[in-house]
Amino acid sequence: MSGSLAFVFGLPLAVVVFFFALAAYERRTGVASGGGFFQRNGLAIGLYLVLAVGFWAFFIILLPQLAMVDMSFRPKLPPSQMGGPKDLYTLENYRYFLFGSTTSTAEWNWLHIKAFFLTIGVSIVITLINFAICYPLAFHMAQSATAARLRVLLLLLILPYWVNEILRAFAFRVLLSSGGIINQMLMGSGLTDEPIDFLGADVGLYMGLSYAYLLMMIFPLYNAIESLDKNQVEAARDLGAPWWHIHAFIVLPHAKPGIASGCTLVFMLTAGALAAPLVLGGPRTLWFTPIVYDRFYQAFNWPQGAAYAFILLVSCIIFVLVVLKAFRLSLGEITR
Amino acid sequence: MAAAVELEGVNVTFGDFVAVKEANLTIEPGEFFSFLGPSGCGKTTLLRTISGFIEPTRGQVRIGGADMKGIGPNKRPTALIFQNLALFPMMTVAENIGYGLRVRGVPRHERDEKVKNLLIQVALAEHGHKKVSELSGGQKQRVAIARALAVEPSVLLLDEPLSALDLKLRQHMRSELRAIQKRVGITFIYITHDQGEALTMSDRIAVMNAGVIEQVGDGRAVYAEPRTPFVASFVGENNQIRGRITARDGAMATLETPLGTLAGRNPVALDVGQEALLFVRPEVMQLRANGTTAGFEGEALDVAYEGSVTHVTLRVRTGQKVMASLGANALAALPTPGETLRIGFRPEDALLLARPERH
Repeated sequence: MSGSLAFVFGLPLAVVVFFFALAAYERRTGVASGGGFFQRNGLAIGLYLVLAVGFWAFFIILLPQLAMVDMSFRPKLPPSQMGGPKDLYTLENYRYFLFGSTTSTAEWNWLHIKAFFLTIGVSIVITLINFAICYPLAFHMAQSATAARLRVLLLLLILPYWVNEILRAFAFRVLLSSGGIINQMLMGSGLTDEPIDFLGADVGLYMGLSYAYLLMMIFPLYNAIESLDKNQVEAARDLGAPWWHIHAFIVLPHAKPGIASGCTLVFMLTAGALAAPLVLGGPRTLWFTPIVYDRFYQAFNWPQGAAYAFILLVSCIIFVLVVLKAFRLSLGEITR
Repeated sequence: MAAAVELEGVNVTFGDFVAVKEANLTIEPGEFFSFLGPSGCGKTTLLRTISGFIEPTRGQVRIGGADMKGIGPNKRPTALIFQNLALFPMMTVAENIGYGLRVRGVPRHERDEKVKNLLIQVALAEHGHKKVSELSGGQKQRVAIARALAVEPSVLLLDEPLSALDLKLRQHMRSELRAIQKRVGITFIYITHDQGEALTMSDRIAVMNAGVIEQVGDGRAVYAEPRTPFVASFVGENNQIRGRITARDGAMATLETPLGTLAGRNPVALDVGQEALLFVRPEVMQLRANGTTAGFEGEALDVAYEGSVTHVTLRVRTGQKVMASLGANALAALPTPGETLRIGFRPEDALLLARPERH
């Protein structure tokens, strides 16, 4: 126990010492322009910033993730045996994802592997749908809307997100159920005799997921397009470009960092979404996040859940990095 | 041959604001034509109307004899050079110049050939592969010109393209623009608030004020023969003296002013009794012998010696300031501030124009 206590207090201290050393190094080599970090902010505020950022980075971000990674490589054991001789690092949780068994590699765990690829695939589709919905709107907001119109649009975009995610998911469910308003209207107008099984066909799931992270797409896009000089659009038009050419060769290349940032956010969040798949997923659709959830709370197998979550996280990161690379964007650029 | 650009009764209004009022104008093919006026006078609006970004509220724009109503900027035989140039930063210099051709579906080899020629024409042959951001201000300017010329417009529209450059480069680009225009032989329509630019480059100038084209003519005409008080005071330095016409004598007239009885040419045929403004340029002012009654007296406020010419600002009896630019021969010694000088002018060097109602 004393070991972990030393860790808890020693780590921030180490961070502070590290920053002091860095500041001293900067001063000596003259890398820093202007005053040093502590000269600029004062010792008290400087120390607070370093400590707060250090605490945040280590305890809120890094440490929990490291704990999960660590856990994912350990076997499931009753609390009494934790830290005992049986608590050894193992790949059995990852093996279970692939083969459905902690020991045998005879058969593939198709159920989970399929759910995994479905999640990735559908997340890509949802991201594309989101982009298709948001790009025209963002372009309008950024380039042609008046200030008053822009305010109204922003309000209309933000207000619906005051409704929380679970409530929204259930509202979709009610709306799309076989006795729901949409089916009643369809049947009332004579378009169909039988209610359409929207939920079974995953229409609800796609709607819910598309809707949930719309803002994450629209704001990066809006920011990126807003910084485009209107004269460039006009210059292209004046040189004879039709509208689609202007979008493809002037607006989109300029907005590339914003598109990447929006798509990354939406893809990551969609792949990791839990509420919408739980509430709106059809009976035949197994999404990956509910499986992870089940590992933790149904199977009470936290190491396995951690391994599953980690698989999803790493795959998503790799996928995003590959896509960024393909579009020749560096990670730094998407923050612009 | 049809006129390059014709404006017929063109009005542009934005809500209640009249940006351009009854513009009637014919611009000939191959002409270097300038719109000169202060900012907000409607010259940019008029340019955007010609290029197709704004539809006139009333009236007709014809280019090469064809009515342009409903024809968008991408379908007009015009090319516009923007004030900030609006080069595409994500493209190379060559891609910028070739953009208009690419849009038109010109095959690659043909496009490359043409871009190469244009790069040579604007002396950027070595810079085709560079990013726009790597170029200097003057080079960017030339890329913008080449990009516009690439689509072979019959009219090139330029919206104060030199305003962002420093003085030296601006003066150099003036002669370069003029040379390019002579070489390609197409109509240039140039927008500027800088009379020096308008006077040195243009074949003809339209002086605009508050949405109205006040006068159209060559540089000499708008400088030496202004037809409205605005043109007289906007183009070049001018002294104006208020008065009332007392007599007419052929092309001349005399008027009664607070500074005494003065005379000038009367090109707009003002009648006796009419309120008038007398315009006298500083450079036509002459010293008069003290003690005589010719001209009027003033106290020298500021004396700026420039070698060949000395600029003297005088305060006359009415408190008004009058400027006189006196040649080196006219002055035996430099006047000292506070000294009283008597100055006058020859009547044929002064100009009488009607005084506008609201002044």
